[in-house]
Amino acid sequence: MIKAWFKSGTPWVWLNAAAVSACLIMVIGVLGLVIVRGVGHFWPAQVVQFSYQEPGGEIQTIIGEHVDSSVTPAAMAKTTGHIMADDEDTLVQYLVKTGNRDVTGTDFRWILERNVKQQQAPADLMVVERREWGNFYGQLVALKEGGKVIAEGDQAWPATQSKIDDALAVFGQIAHLEKKEVGAINYSLEQLRLEQKKLQLENRWDAPAQQRVAAKKAELEIEYKKYQTQLLELYRNIRKDSLVAKTENGKEIEIPLAKVVRIYQPNTMSLFHKIGHYGVKLVEFLTDDPREANTEGGIFPAIFGTVMMVIMMSIIVTPFGVIAAVYLREYAKQGFITRLIRIAVNNLAGVPSIVYGVFGLGFFVYILGGNIDQLFFPESSPAPVYGTPGLLWASITLALLTLPVVIVSTEEGLARIPSSIREGSLALGATKLETLWLTVLPMASPAMMTGLILAVARAAGEVAPLMLVGVVKLAPTLPLDGNYPFLHLDRKFMHLGFHIYDVGFQSPNVEAARPLVYATSLLLVLVIVGLNLSAIVIRNNLREKYRALEG
Amino acid sequence: MTAHHTRTHAIDMSSVLRDQKKNTEPNETCIKVENLNLFYGEKQALHNVNMEMPKKKVTAYIGPSGCGKSTLLRCINRMNDLVDCATIDGKILLDNENIYDKSVNVAALRRRVGMVFQKPNPFPKSIFENVAYGLRIQGINDKRILEETVENSLRGAALWDEMKDRLNDNALGISGGQQQRLVIARAIAIEPEVLLLDEPASALDPISTLKIEELINELKEKYTIVIVTHNMQQAARVSDLTAFMFMGELIEMGTTSELFTNPQKKQTEDYITGRYG
Repeated sequence: MIKAWFKSGTPWVWLNAAAVSACLIMVIGVLGLVIVRGVGHFWPAQVVQFSYQEPGGEIQTIIGEHVDSSVTPAAMAKTTGHIMADDEDTLVQYLVKTGNRDVTGTDFRWILERNVKQQQAPADLMVVERREWGNFYGQLVALKEGGKVIAEGDQAWPATQSKIDDALAVFGQIAHLEKKEVGAINYSLEQLRLEQKKLQLENRWDAPAQQRVAAKKAELEIEYKKYQTQLLELYRNIRKDSLVAKTENGKEIEIPLAKVVRIYQPNTMSLFHKIGHYGVKLVEFLTDDPREANTEGGIFPAIFGTVMMVIMMSIIVTPFGVIAAVYLREYAKQGFITRLIRIAVNNLAGVPSIVYGVFGLGFFVYILGGNIDQLFFPESSPAPVYGTPGLLWASITLALLTLPVVIVSTEEGLARIPSSIREGSLALGATKLETLWLTVLPMASPAMMTGLILAVARAAGEVAPLMLVGVVKLAPTLPLDGNYPFLHLDRKFMHLGFHIYDVGFQSPNVEAARPLVYATSLLLVLVIVGLNLSAIVIRNNLREKYRALEG
Repeated sequence: MTAHHTRTHAIDMSSVLRDQKKNTEPNETCIKVENLNLFYGEKQALHNVNMEMPKKKVTAYIGPSGCGKSTLLRCINRMNDLVDCATIDGKILLDNENIYDKSVNVAALRRRVGMVFQKPNPFPKSIFENVAYGLRIQGINDKRILEETVENSLRGAALWDEMKDRLNDNALGISGGQQQRLVIARAIAIEPEVLLLDEPASALDPISTLKIEELINELKEKYTIVIVTHNMQQAARVSDLTAFMFMGELIEMGTTSELFTNPQKKQTEDYITGRYG
């Protein structure tokens, strides 16, 4: 009976099905965890006011978001120094995000459930998202302009809202002026300085050159002065307003509106408002620069850097891989040496990625980059241009890392082209090169795309080598901007993978950053899926176009 | 469809040729094979083959599988150059020029000697681009010339009426018989002197086969045609001359009617009467 059952193959079918299910569960689990933990981060949580009394202490008020609860068995709680009553089986603790780091020194605190006397959510509790010191939780007392109170009590909230909108508008102007206009002037000044130094090095620093540079410099200074007065005016404007707020223990502090990103009272928000708030926060996350050691604000530079690096890598790896594969498959004499090369290429895929990073740093950055600097950029020494990690070297290192995949898939694609197609082309008087170019390579293009898809999937998720050859935790400028030559391959950049590591494990405020880790992971997955999907769409179009002869 | 079947029964081949000369146009030799030996590595595939193929006639190679008829055909446009282990010795003269001479440009030779393969092998491009392929290789990109040539070639391959409205469709979407005629159109678009057909109808249904055979009869007005076929009826229907090959050797060659009605060699007789293979 059992024997017959084994013979029928049913157990193996079940085994296979189980393996597939296990894989599916793992994938769904990973995505599910990331989505659940990451997506909720932007939802405005209720702000709770706890009346808290430690045994023998006074009643104190704690205001904050209830983030997490933990339940510890009594026995274990005792070992960690908690005094447990006999009728208590478990110790329940709440993690509360209390904010106000400037006042209390921490953002989070654990409180014991049994000490909570009362718990309520008053409507007038507000959250102030600040550019420094994290969130503020408390009550609004008054709004000040130039040091004088202009609104108090019930009028304070609406007045503050409209003032903050003004302040944000001014802040946007300041940011634009500083980053775009003044940034461009600074860039031009730096270019001028380099030009001057270059001319001096080449002994061409004569009167006309001096005059020309001086004139340009003067022109830029005038422009800079103009912006500076504008900026001064704006700063004066934004600094005059502030709000006064009361913390949980009744202390009043003054928060300048220049430091406020937004204020809201989550306990009074309707669902509709909350959705709106969520959308705004999500957009901020996707499009803004990071603040506060990357734990607040957006991650746009990291998204941009990741996509940019992958695109650069694809541009580099595709031609190299395809040419190598064409040579190996079409031109090289098949024999011992080609076999050896193939084995080497395949093994290259197994080299740990950090080794590529070391190689990239040692060879590309120091040797290649250093020599490029000496030859072409002597004027900027001692500051390196290409002799330091940057986008170019990161892309090339990853191109090297993914080269084997592209070579192998392209070779397979070439091998699958029926010989009758090649013969058909040759019989029409085409040379081997023409046959390759006009017929074989287009037909092999879906295979090349497959290689590229695998390469992109691998490259976008790679972090270790990037830490050595170009990724930084905070890049002041994007590698692509409005200053000639627009694409700055020498610049360092941010990367989602490294951002996760940095935010999650290098941040001073781990609790605050944890949801961001999940949100960023989700985004990294989405970016890779997006990059892959676009490549897959291209490949399927090519496949449809060049589908080979059946049979 | 074939008037030449009853033309002559003379045994002497030269008299046949003289006869034809009288009837049709000047009958000169187009391809001459001299002492051709071909080795695949150690194995000899062709043994000292000598033959002449006249201009604007259809010559058929018949023989059992593996007798070397396709190999011989592929020597005429040097397709065997693609086989790494093949070595060739002897001469093939095309218009009195040895095509195996070192000075010969193989691509140019293949433009003069077109080839159609056993299985239709259109490129995965549009019908138009398939036919225009040979011209584009020669650097002809003038739209007018291309359109004209494509139309003429498709007409030449009796395909124009079926294809004129779908020139931009993918060539892989048409039937096998149409594909094979498309491949013929592609071959004649570059105006070769010789057309080599390697079992062109073996992968096709009877109706498509009939169309191809009719086409061969029309094409021989303009081209010297060499056809390899397994099908003796087909050889009898379409060819003027037939060569019987066996084990890499040319056993007998003569006018088709002569060879089929009065074979000189025992082996030939056995083969065509079906006692062999």
